[in-house]
Amino acid sequence: MTKKEKILLKASAAFAALFAVAPAANAMHIMEGYLPAGYCVAWGLVCLPFLIAGFISLRNKVKENRRSMTLIAMSGAFIFVISSLKIPSATGSCSHMTGTGLGAILFGPSAVGILGIIVLIFQAVLLAHGGLTTLGANTFSMAVAGPLVSFGIYKLCGKLKANRRVSVFLAAFMGDLFTYCVTSLQLALAYPSESGGVMASAVKFLGVFAPTQLPLAVIEGILTVVLVIGLESYAGPELNNTGFLSGREKEAR
Amino acid sequence: MSRNTKTVLILIAAAVLIAAVPLFVLKDAEFGGSDDAGSVMVEEIQGEYTPWFTPVLESALGGEIPGEVESLIFCVQTGIGAGVIAFFMGRFVERKKWESDERY
Repeated sequence: MTKKEKILLKASAAFAALFAVAPAANAMHIMEGYLPAGYCVAWGLVCLPFLIAGFISLRNKVKENRRSMTLIAMSGAFIFVISSLKIPSATGSCSHMTGTGLGAILFGPSAVGILGIIVLIFQAVLLAHGGLTTLGANTFSMAVAGPLVSFGIYKLCGKLKANRRVSVFLAAFMGDLFTYCVTSLQLALAYPSESGGVMASAVKFLGVFAPTQLPLAVIEGILTVVLVIGLESYAGPELNNTGFLSGREKEAR
Repeated sequence: MSRNTKTVLILIAAAVLIAAVPLFVLKDAEFGGSDDAGSVMVEEIQGEYTPWFTPVLESALGGEIPGEVESLIFCVQTGIGAGVIAFFMGRFVERKKWESDERY
């Protein structure tokens, strides 16, 4: 990281912290125009430091080793595929998955932010799915919060020496679920219910998203494991570069 | 069949089952989007709610994106993703083949 980049990162982090402290006024894909303008701006600012950190981390990874480009492209493509599949769920409505778990495991949470926002912009502009005004909030839930949880769970499983496939599954599963929890909270903050306030609202929104998302999160976990198995068998050198296979795999051998 | 192949097949079968079963079990369900269910919820809490901003494409078209076109764009999205994954995966598989060929 150059000096300039560090300053930029710190400044944006401070800026975001300011907004987080100011009475947190303020949602998977929140529909266009469904968040009051103030919230849109605030979530956008909160995302900024993560995106800048992501940009820097991606650039450094590519600079370090041009070969990681292939896996970065694949993680991005995975998000493209996974988030375009609307899947019927047990509750009788459809939802789609996030696909950010894979990238978070391979490249860390900040790098996925950039991949996630590309998908979100694509869907907001071309599909009227999500939205440009709610981009900040959606980016925070899908491309920042979800990957952070995935990454955390994966690292935790590593510490506990859990089976790698199980940990990949859990990471993707929890990341997906958490994305929707954050969305519920974001909506609840913007629309506290009259009787019970933010919490009552949050429970209501969770009631809509969580049961629908649960089976989908399982599918996301499964698909992520499938791709990881594929990469393990054929893309050993690339995985070594990202540090994915180092450590535990070497011990095992 | 190697152990990996078996695991992958079982996993894919499980994923397809999870997605397909609701369709057959819940015959009356509409299977609308849960993003839309979210906006219904907003209205329930807030009373009438008019979104203050319409999607760019919708205002340019002067209406909603036709359903068929929407599914087209979704397919394009899936296609781009699947294409990139398949391209690189193909290269990886082929490379491994070449490497093992050289050894012998």
